[in-house]
Amino acid sequence: MKFTIVVHSAPYSSQGAHTALKFCQSLIGEGHEIYRLFFFRAGVNNLNNLAVVAQDELNIQLQWDGLIQENNIDAIACVTSALKRGVIDEQESQRYEKASFNLTENATIAGLGQLVDATLNSDRLLNFG
Amino acid sequence: MTLTEPKNKSLTFISRHPPYGNDHAFACLDLVLASSVFEQDVNYLFMGDGVFQLLIDQQPDGIGSKNLVASLAALELYGVSNVFVDALSLQKRKLSVSDLAIQIKVLDAVQVETLVNEADLVFNL
Repeated sequence: MKFTIVVHSAPYSSQGAHTALKFCQSLIGEGHEIYRLFFFRAGVNNLNNLAVVAQDELNIQLQWDGLIQENNIDAIACVTSALKRGVIDEQESQRYEKASFNLTENATIAGLGQLVDATLNSDRLLNFG
Repeated sequence: MTLTEPKNKSLTFISRHPPYGNDHAFACLDLVLASSVFEQDVNYLFMGDGVFQLLIDQQPDGIGSKNLVASLAALELYGVSNVFVDALSLQKRKLSVSDLAIQIKVLDAVQVETLVNEADLVFNL
């Protein structure tokens, strides 16, 4: 089956983000396809590659990054959600003259249209957080 | 079952949170509007504490928020006409349609059930 996963919650604040991550790992393990990973609202914080996590804790951002890269998943950060939370890529950083950028290079910033497209092209859409 | 090609779907959005205090209500509205741009069959249902989004005379300036009702006006511009409110949710909160800021169809429990059953996708936010 083709799945789209929507992640609504930030890592560490609530369990939703990690549950979504585990679910995605299971999907791939079971041979399903992830059509798109859509990070919405506070969920965009999962794509911040400037996070520094204590050594005895799980680095959720790093786990997402690995999952996305290894499985070549289409990962999107909602533009409205991401920009206002300071999760931006190099292009947006230049556009708004910011000092740095932090979006993991394996994800893309795009609009809600990508989520609507995913509803049309997936067999299942699940929300987490 | 695997879809072979994209098609129009019936998308039902159920907005269940109050207008302020968290970003659920505005996020749901954004999704509804985005879906309508892609010419999907959109239903928008206010349920539970979501009915508070519809109240007239909201004054969120003091908490640094945009007025949600003003944003709801965009629904008409986007051609979203299937906007509903759950009768039971209103009743439980001692509200009636005269308390609401927008024209809206009131659904009873059976109609809500039908709306959910007939949707290709239900989005709770």
